[in-house]
Amino acid sequence: MGLLNFLKRIEPDKKKSPFLHTLYDGFFTFAYAPNSVTKGGVHVRDGMDLKRTMFMVVIAMQFCYLFGTYNIGHQHFVALGQYAGIFEGFHLKLAHGLIKLLPIFIVSNVVGLGIEFWFAAKKGHAIEEGFLVSGALIPLIMPPDIPLWILAVSIIFAVVIGKEAFGGTGMNIWNIALLARVFVFFAYPTTISGDEVWVSGFEKFDEVTAEGLGLAAGAYTDYGWAHSLFNGLFGWFDMSTFQNLTPMVDGYTGATPLSLASKGGWEAVTEVYSVSQMWWGAIPGSIGETSKPLILLGALILIGTGIASWRVMAGMVIGLVVTGLLFNAWDATPFMSVPWYYHLYMGSFFFAMAFMATDPVTAASTNTGKWIYGFMIGFIGLVIRIINPAYPEGWMLAILFLNTFAPLIDHYVLESNMKKRLKSA
Amino acid sequence: MLQIALLVIGVLVVLAALVSLADNLIQIEAKKSGIDTEKVNMSVFPSFGELFGAKIPSYTTKENFHSLKKGHDIKLEGSATGSPEAMNITRFAVKPGNFRGIAPIPKLFSEVGSEIKAGDPLFYDKGNPEIHYAAPVSGEIIEVKRGAKRAISDVIILADKNQQYKKFDIPNLETTSREELVDFLAKSGIWPSFIQRPFGIVADLNVVPRDIFISGFNTAPLAPSYDHMVVGREDELNKALSVLAKLTDGKVYLSLSPKSPSVLKNAKVADIHYFTGKHPAGNVGVQIHHIKPIKSNQKVWTIDLQSVLTLGKLFLEGIYDTERVVALTGAPLEQPKYVRTKVGANIGELLAGNLSEGNNRIIAGDILTGQQVDNDSFLNFTDNQITVLEEGDKYEAFGWLLPLAPRPSISKTFPGFLMPNYEYNANTNTHGEERAFVVTGQYESVTPMDIYPQHLMKAILAGDIERMEGLGINEVLEEDVAIAEFACTSKQPLQQILRGGLDMMREQV
Repeated sequence: MGLLNFLKRIEPDKKKSPFLHTLYDGFFTFAYAPNSVTKGGVHVRDGMDLKRTMFMVVIAMQFCYLFGTYNIGHQHFVALGQYAGIFEGFHLKLAHGLIKLLPIFIVSNVVGLGIEFWFAAKKGHAIEEGFLVSGALIPLIMPPDIPLWILAVSIIFAVVIGKEAFGGTGMNIWNIALLARVFVFFAYPTTISGDEVWVSGFEKFDEVTAEGLGLAAGAYTDYGWAHSLFNGLFGWFDMSTFQNLTPMVDGYTGATPLSLASKGGWEAVTEVYSVSQMWWGAIPGSIGETSKPLILLGALILIGTGIASWRVMAGMVIGLVVTGLLFNAWDATPFMSVPWYYHLYMGSFFFAMAFMATDPVTAASTNTGKWIYGFMIGFIGLVIRIINPAYPEGWMLAILFLNTFAPLIDHYVLESNMKKRLKSA
Repeated sequence: MLQIALLVIGVLVVLAALVSLADNLIQIEAKKSGIDTEKVNMSVFPSFGELFGAKIPSYTTKENFHSLKKGHDIKLEGSATGSPEAMNITRFAVKPGNFRGIAPIPKLFSEVGSEIKAGDPLFYDKGNPEIHYAAPVSGEIIEVKRGAKRAISDVIILADKNQQYKKFDIPNLETTSREELVDFLAKSGIWPSFIQRPFGIVADLNVVPRDIFISGFNTAPLAPSYDHMVVGREDELNKALSVLAKLTDGKVYLSLSPKSPSVLKNAKVADIHYFTGKHPAGNVGVQIHHIKPIKSNQKVWTIDLQSVLTLGKLFLEGIYDTERVVALTGAPLEQPKYVRTKVGANIGELLAGNLSEGNNRIIAGDILTGQQVDNDSFLNFTDNQITVLEEGDKYEAFGWLLPLAPRPSISKTFPGFLMPNYEYNANTNTHGEERAFVVTGQYESVTPMDIYPQHLMKAILAGDIERMEGLGINEVLEEDVAIAEFACTSKQPLQQILRGGLDMMREQV
């Protein structure tokens, strides 16, 4: 109990320094479940609270974090034409992945939690746990080379305009993580769309700059102090190191399966990627969304513990299958003729299904509504993916769109319940 | 090969056509003889429910059997066992606060110090002077305790050793009119046992209820079994049911579990419905919802089983005998047991010598709907249970993530869901702080009714009367949302919110 007494002694005064007190309270309730007892109402409360709920979601995401970190490095070396085998150059891939991911994770959480703490202190309520999940999700849906200031701006936008303006955790209309991503998507499109953004650690030199360095124009590895630090470490153990200014392999495009499919159909995809490669996730893409089995493992944890709604997930799969079959029947472009089941292998359908659409605050809140909500995301998402000429992926926009309409779906479900009750009067 | 296949298909089609024709003919015949085919399956094909639904016991019918899937049983240590012991309690009290809908300062009939018999009127409400609130025991009125704003909290009686009963002249059920019967009941002390829904108020003398509902079993945590209360009291039960039948134009419904004692299963006059399922399947509100829901402008009455027996004794023997079997439950008790006493018994005396040391909370009622009390308090009017719990006022390092002691939960993130019969030693810790509504579908999963509790709560918080009514506020009382309040991840006070809504609705009427 020594630690508890110490923590109690250093508690800042609530009136004199509200921000410090909020901060203290946030960390204290994290370390110690409070000693508050029930008063009025039920005398025994369920052991579940919001912290535990949110933390379970974060745990379910950890597989994506592990693989995502490694895949950043793997894709980097695939672009260099080195260490083509998945486990070759393990230490370099992991080091590069960490160098890219850690700053993104830290910026996401420092900026997001900072805003959360500030608002909590200003409004005089306890720190709410909502950003625990958003802060863990945002790094997974960003490209590895996202400039940190853009990331910070997008999170400020999402948390302030998307959440705090509506009243905080539980009150927001749109999914916070997706709101951050959609902000980058519209404000800084070149950093998050196209073929070149999914592989990290390269700098493009035009002819003039390249000549100054005695090189041909093109993309070269661009390492910083962190890489040098790891080089020192690896050199000490006599392992292979990062080589600055290594050129990218000739003809490497970094195109994702979806962008290939949108141009040339399924054949164009299989020329570059094998089906198992896409399934296991050794492909370029946003940090955490490539490995399907690991996402599904997370989804199973969420369904098994009852934290995420299986109805939303099932609705989405049905929506995707039905829409996929319709497009297969239509068959007007090469992309439409891609068999419906291969749409599960490409892009971020599973990630959107497991972690994005199931956010209980922004999804429909009635059970019937959840089916409709899920189905519509599956439908609209695939329509955007296949029809949209500019950008061959649709889950982010489909989910935000349905977030907007979720209250309307609930409204009609509730209305029918109310009508049933009043009619039989 | 092809010919054989075609032949088989052809034969199957003809057979299907024949069966379908037969089915249609039966339907037409059923309609001619006035059978409601919506309710009774007259088809040759079994319905989905018949194939996959719960098996219906032979002593009941499909319409009278309700298998509820939603809900949650909180299993706790310290359930009462054995047969009831008689206890010698000296102090009893009637608490005006127990009766919803009456003014906080009722008029007393007799002064402190006067001697009274069991059944003598103690006080009345100025709004409804016909209804007498009677003494549960004979003895001397020793104190009138007052609370905030001089509201009377307890009228305390020191009980005689030998109980004296006021003798009532019992009206003849065959010949008396309903008005005379109501007038008699109002003066006899039994009237406040009739609870009128919506709102859960003391029944209005001028209302003829659509139906009267009685729940014959209890599913609340550590709830007492009703076996001890009814065994050997068939006559009182049946007499009371025939009295109730005179009070309503509709039916008297008695809801039972398949495990209910045969005394109840053989009850006459009442329409018996069977319910299976977890808590709150034993709540009368849930049962009403499944038997015959309350529509707008309809009023129904409910009465608890022990009061039914009191009513029966009143008509058989002419005395107001408020005998109650009370379960003393909870892990901190030395010996959880049943005791036989009367309404309003002193809690300290009931628990004397039975309470182990420690920081405990005494609850009059169950852990979901009960009231925190102390040794100086008295049982409430309808209480048949006292629960004692350990207070949970301790910090727990990373308690939200890695709890040290098992705790009840509906969440499958705790290993407890693998052991549904584990009995928890629960405490009163809130296990988290209050938050906004985040998780959805949770209240619905423990509420076996076709209502949306979370949206109802939001409608109440928004003060939207029309929506509250549409979403079914008239069908529920606090006890029906209590299990949802237990389960709530955001630790919202649902019962308090609901009461606010009900009060708002009552003001509108």
